[in-house]
Amino acid sequence: MTQLTAVGKPSEARAARRGAGRPRRALTLNLIAVVAGLVVWTLLATVGVQGLPTPLAVAARAGELIADGTLPLDALASLRRVLLGFLLGTLLAVPIGFLMGWYATARGLLEPYVQFFRTIPPLAIIPLAIVLMGIGEVPKVFVIFLAAFLSSVVSTFQGVVDVDKTLINAARVLGASDRTIFAKVVVPASTPFILVGMRVGLGAAWGTLVAAELIAAQEGLGFRMQQAQLYYDLSTIFVGLIAIGVLGLLMDRLLLFAERRLTDWQERR
Amino acid sequence: MNTKISFRDVVKTYPMKDGVFTALDHVSLDIADREFVTVVGPSGCGKSTLMSMAAGLVEPGAGEVLVDGRPVTGPGPERGVIFQQYALFPWLTVRKNVEFGLKLMDLPAEERRRRAEHAIELVGLSDFADALPKTLSGGMKQRCAIARAYAVNPQVLLMDEPFGALDALTRVQLQDQLLDTWSKEQRTVMFITHDVDEAVYLARRVVVMAARPGRIQQVIDVDLPYPRTEEMRLSPEFGRLRNEVWHAVYHQPPAVPAA
Ligand SMILES: Nc1ncnc2c1ncn2[C@@H]1O[C@H](COP(=O)(O)OP(=O)(O)OP(=O)(O)O)[C@@H](O)[C@H]1O
Ligand SMILES: [Mg+2]
Repeated sequence: MTQLTAVGKPSEARAARRGAGRPRRALTLNLIAVVAGLVVWTLLATVGVQGLPTPLAVAARAGELIADGTLPLDALASLRRVLLGFLLGTLLAVPIGFLMGWYATARGLLEPYVQFFRTIPPLAIIPLAIVLMGIGEVPKVFVIFLAAFLSSVVSTFQGVVDVDKTLINAARVLGASDRTIFAKVVVPASTPFILVGMRVGLGAAWGTLVAAELIAAQEGLGFRMQQAQLYYDLSTIFVGLIAIGVLGLLMDRLLLFAERRLTDWQERR
Repeated sequence: MNTKISFRDVVKTYPMKDGVFTALDHVSLDIADREFVTVVGPSGCGKSTLMSMAAGLVEPGAGEVLVDGRPVTGPGPERGVIFQQYALFPWLTVRKNVEFGLKLMDLPAEERRRRAEHAIELVGLSDFADALPKTLSGGMKQRCAIARAYAVNPQVLLMDEPFGALDALTRVQLQDQLLDTWSKEQRTVMFITHDVDEAVYLARRVVVMAARPGRIQQVIDVDLPYPRTEEMRLSPEFGRLRNEVWHAVYHQPPAVPAA
């Protein structure tokens, strides 16, 4: 899941982007690797490893779970939580990041909190969230929100701070007011950072999901895996893992696509 | 003639690990209305810093900078700047870059398009009007930056090595264009260059600066009539002036130690 342990800088995003246009040869190699992995897995499962289901068994289980509606409903429940947390997180992170980057006062006031909470893994907030918010949807979404917010806010802030001073000067000498500079220079110039921050945020949100669903959930991929664990139901755990991986990958690719469309103007060195 | 830009006893220092670095040491210079002044000097002598003060982007540490007799308090569209680093907006096409300043002027859309078109044509970028900066060569980026400054038609043009990245032919063309519009539109131009030939060809006065500390070494009058022509470049008088400027730039006496 390297796609989810996101990228820190636009230059790295650029490297990832170069990978997207990779030639057919690389794709063939990818395919070979996947098939080889499946073969090894099958061998391990048939030859020895206790209780390990074969890929076919997992596929069969996935079929069942899809047929009886469990998997779609779980996936939907998980996606709803993640997207809600992620949207709220970035929706708040972008303006706060802009404030911190643009106004020294806002930075001075907010930075201690942002920097401090960044050092606390969002999962460590779970006990507190349960005590304060009970065991409903709120604490789950809150933890995911926090994870997304903290990773997005920092990169937005960094993006604004790093806007090339000569570009701001170029706008100023053409007669631009502070408001115009903000809207026409700072926002577009920091878009690459914001989008990278959103990808990091989405990765963080998705990464927090399973743990968040340990808080007395009634549905969701994390909850289902937790249940399966009680019954030594390895197949279902595998189905859950693969579903989390595939959905995470899809969302990441979607954001990557948006990023590529929106920041096509960047010089790639 | 009235004084347009006036530097009075300007000092600029930057704090360093060990003491202060004096970028400009008591620089005084008056540029007349509608005058064309070029500034030459070794790298790091404070040319860009001096110009940034007239642009309102850098404040003098001591002394004052006046434009039209009033202290400069910030930048303004009546003083156009062409930056040494081009400073194009990378997310905008050539045309949109050129229109950036025009959009801030409340012009009718038609007039805006016409002026952008004209400026782009002047620098020979018409075929690339819809290209993004990342697809342009260094010289083309520079021409786009020139067009962006020309388009708003400022009274004062502050140009920091604007033709530095251009090939010889384009450079000569743009020099002649610049002189042409300058004499028509009656602008005041402060033009920084490394090229002694260019400094003499364009200017009524060449300001030669020296480094460490940054200061004005000599101001050389160019008594050649306008319009300047290509033949003048070959005249003995031009050669003499070029030698004089060359000498002033490259055979500078060592810095005077501060008393
Ligand atoms: N923000 C700053 N902090 C410290 N020193 C600075 C700063 N800006 C400029 N300087 C110093 O001031 C001096 C003058 O800089 P300036 O850019 O004006 O030189 P210049 O004459 O334009 O040089 P060049 O021909 O290379 O463009 C340089 O030595 C530079 O190191
Ligand atoms: Mg310079």
